[in-house]
Amino acid sequence: MARSVSTQRKLVTTVFAWAIGIAIFFPILWTILTSFKTEAAAIADPPVWFNFHWTLENYATVQERSNYFRHFMNSVIISGGSTLLGLIIAVPAAWAMAFVPARRTKDVLMWMLSTKMLPPVGVLVPIYLLFRDLGLLDTRIGLVIVLTLINLPIIVWMLYTYFKEIPGEILEAARMDGATLRSEIIHVLTPMAIPGMASTVLLNIILAWNEAFWTLNLTAAKAAPLTAFIASYSSPEGLFYAKLSAASTMAIAPILIMGWFSQKQLVRGLTFGAVK
Amino acid sequence: MATKHARVAARFMISPAVLLLLGWMIVPLSMTLYFSFLRYNLLMPGMEEFTGLTNYRFFLTDPAFFAALTNTILLVGGVLLVTVVGGILLALLLDQPFFGQGIVRILVIAPFFVMPTVSALVWKNMFMNPVNGLFAHAAKALGLQPFDFLSAAPLTSIIGIVSWQWLPFATLILLTALQSLDQEQLEAAEMDGAPWIKRFWFIMLPHLARAITVVILIQTIFLLSVFAEILVTTNGGPGTASTNLTYLIYMQSLLQFDVGGGSAGGVVAIILANIVAIFLMRMIGKNLDA
Amino acid sequence: MGRITLDKVRKTFGDVEVIPPLDLTIEDGEFVVFVGPSGCGKSTLLRLIAGLEDVTSGQIRIDRQDATDLPPAKRGLAMVFQSYALYPHMSVRKNIAFPMKMAGLPQDEQDRRIEAAAKALNLTDYLDRKPGQLSGGQRQRVAIGRAIVREPAAFLFDEPLSNLDAALRVGMRLEISELHKRLATTMIYVTHDQVEAMTMADKIVVLRAGHIEQVGSPLELYNRPRNVFVAGFIGSPKMNLISGAEAEKHGAVTIGIRPEHLGISTESGLWKGVIGVSEHLGSDTFFHVTVEGLGEPLTVRASGEVSLKYGDIVWLTPNEVNLHRFNAEGLRIA
Repeated sequence: MARSVSTQRKLVTTVFAWAIGIAIFFPILWTILTSFKTEAAAIADPPVWFNFHWTLENYATVQERSNYFRHFMNSVIISGGSTLLGLIIAVPAAWAMAFVPARRTKDVLMWMLSTKMLPPVGVLVPIYLLFRDLGLLDTRIGLVIVLTLINLPIIVWMLYTYFKEIPGEILEAARMDGATLRSEIIHVLTPMAIPGMASTVLLNIILAWNEAFWTLNLTAAKAAPLTAFIASYSSPEGLFYAKLSAASTMAIAPILIMGWFSQKQLVRGLTFGAVK
Repeated sequence: MATKHARVAARFMISPAVLLLLGWMIVPLSMTLYFSFLRYNLLMPGMEEFTGLTNYRFFLTDPAFFAALTNTILLVGGVLLVTVVGGILLALLLDQPFFGQGIVRILVIAPFFVMPTVSALVWKNMFMNPVNGLFAHAAKALGLQPFDFLSAAPLTSIIGIVSWQWLPFATLILLTALQSLDQEQLEAAEMDGAPWIKRFWFIMLPHLARAITVVILIQTIFLLSVFAEILVTTNGGPGTASTNLTYLIYMQSLLQFDVGGGSAGGVVAIILANIVAIFLMRMIGKNLDA
Repeated sequence: MGRITLDKVRKTFGDVEVIPPLDLTIEDGEFVVFVGPSGCGKSTLLRLIAGLEDVTSGQIRIDRQDATDLPPAKRGLAMVFQSYALYPHMSVRKNIAFPMKMAGLPQDEQDRRIEAAAKALNLTDYLDRKPGQLSGGQRQRVAIGRAIVREPAAFLFDEPLSNLDAALRVGMRLEISELHKRLATTMIYVTHDQVEAMTMADKIVVLRAGHIEQVGSPLELYNRPRNVFVAGFIGSPKMNLISGAEAEKHGAVTIGIRPEHLGISTESGLWKGVIGVSEHLGSDTFFHVTVEGLGEPLTVRASGEVSLKYGDIVWLTPNEVNLHRFNAEGLRIA
């Protein structure tokens, strides 16, 4: 039974919570506002809040000068591709670990997770050289491969925790009903695991979209996703706040919007399935 | 609990993932190890030769190494401290009933969606810039001297930026855990006469232990390799004031083209990460085995 | 047809032997109940028959055909699980159709069987609902429906009623018995509830620690339990078991006497005792009587209502004809 709380206390909490929420969100809000200002208004002292001349000019300039759309597509392909590929590899593995546990299943899972502990910088040199020799530097396919591998342990882990929640009896029932392994996974397991899979996919798209070690070190211009595109603003364009803001807004908007529309799955996904 | 048939199928289904990760681990690792014993500079191709432990000696005696090690520890520890403590406080607040919970939750999560390069650039230019940044404007408005965050306190500033990115994650996990706490437990404690602070200390905090472990584990993995934030804001400077291990090795291998030295650094980073990993795995083993 | 034969079937998990070599024959059309306390291996035995677990050694034959290495799908058996194991994302209709879809039956045949099953199980109005929108009893019926439409050689039930409340359990018990009479198909039913076993079975298999303790019809088990374990397990309330000097008088190590075979009198009898708690059920009254020198209080049944109070002194007399005698190994002395 939820206890009723006095309205007065609820109001106080409301003020506090909103103040903190807005404070945390403020840098993003400020960036979005600035992206609609002229450069002069962007650095005005005292700062202007809403009563400035709204303009879309910065967005046009960014697209024109650095071909935002290409980098956007790179990000989409790299994050979507690596997530899809990871899912194809991880679903069977997670099925095996969740429903046919062996004595060493826990160890395998822990080992997979421990590959995430491997500092990327420890293998930066060889991967860089391998990519150079294989002609994978600055290609989308190269980044898809790397991001699939670095996020695979997380996908397996998350799917495993979601699959664990599905009673094994249902899969056994399917087996008794004459389902092959393939139909068991496609007709019974997958539809039941849709919410968990959605969370997994969302989180991995975000992680891949925002990954900024390999994308910065393995790309130059052609395959650069938005992370690398933005990094090129560190100087001297960084001093043009309005354009920087426009570019930033465009880089984070897709994920921000996706995140807001799928909040429920995402919140579950953000906890990596580890906390219920 | 399964049939032979299922076990064979399971082994078959799990092998692609295992083999790929094994390859991803072994191939580059052995290459790094091999390179670390070579004098190998990309600017002088064909001059590779075996040098034994020279690379390690240079790397480990370089004062930059100790600076980077200290900075790495400060960065990881600082961000963990801020996000865990802040996360608990925020979670306690957001767990109370108030108007517009859904919207506030969205606002609080939002920084997690922001890519590191964007957040670093926005903070660096639009907030921390000593001339045009919002903080400078605020200082001037209050009649104070603007503070040049990234030159005067580079590491602290970076800790601040990274904490902003990870606070939502910690808050969310802790809030989720808090909401799963059985209300009857708290009511029982209240009946037993425990004041709020005792209820927090003896019931809520132990209940959160598992969630806190998850936060520390996952964040440590990501925080050990913070890179973009440093690259974009300070380039590791001034001097080595904000260089962490990841950035130091990056500079050595890809900016100075010293593959041998960079690889030796890589091996050192891996060993250190493993020490941390063993420690963390122990902790999870205890807390996560549910 | 559904004659199932287990030949020296043995199962180990690691080093633990859950089922020592075991022989059992289930005749076509029989309703067999595996009963025993939890952990006795009854569910494992059922899963071995289903093919959800491998036997470690031995052979399982279904209709004289070796099924030991057949996957579950090929054995022609249908199973109803304790949790019903309905597919939550499918409607009732799709749930029932699933095994037929897997078998590739033509659509009109599928529809015909679904209609028939739904009618028989009172599910016609619920065919388009999802399992989540059904009550426990309805879910149970869907699970049975899904089993029926396959027209299996035998039905396997794994504690199907344990998630239902008491009243519903009695109703479903009747429905399943009724179904068995109508279909005359072999049914193997696992339960820990000896009342279910007694009321439904043609043949009861009492298991303990993987061993078969006794096989027989309900009344055989009731009237002539082969050993102390079966004697104590079958029957409610439990048989009174007495050992020591009183048993030796009858030439046994343990004697057993059912509550209804004890005479109770306020004047005279064999054993003098004090009334403890009494349970009034209306038709019967059960007294718990403490008799000096006999250890545990004895349970005594009296017909109808008898006015004896807590602390009253009474005399008990066992009916010699219905006395069960067991030797040192716990086995029945003929």
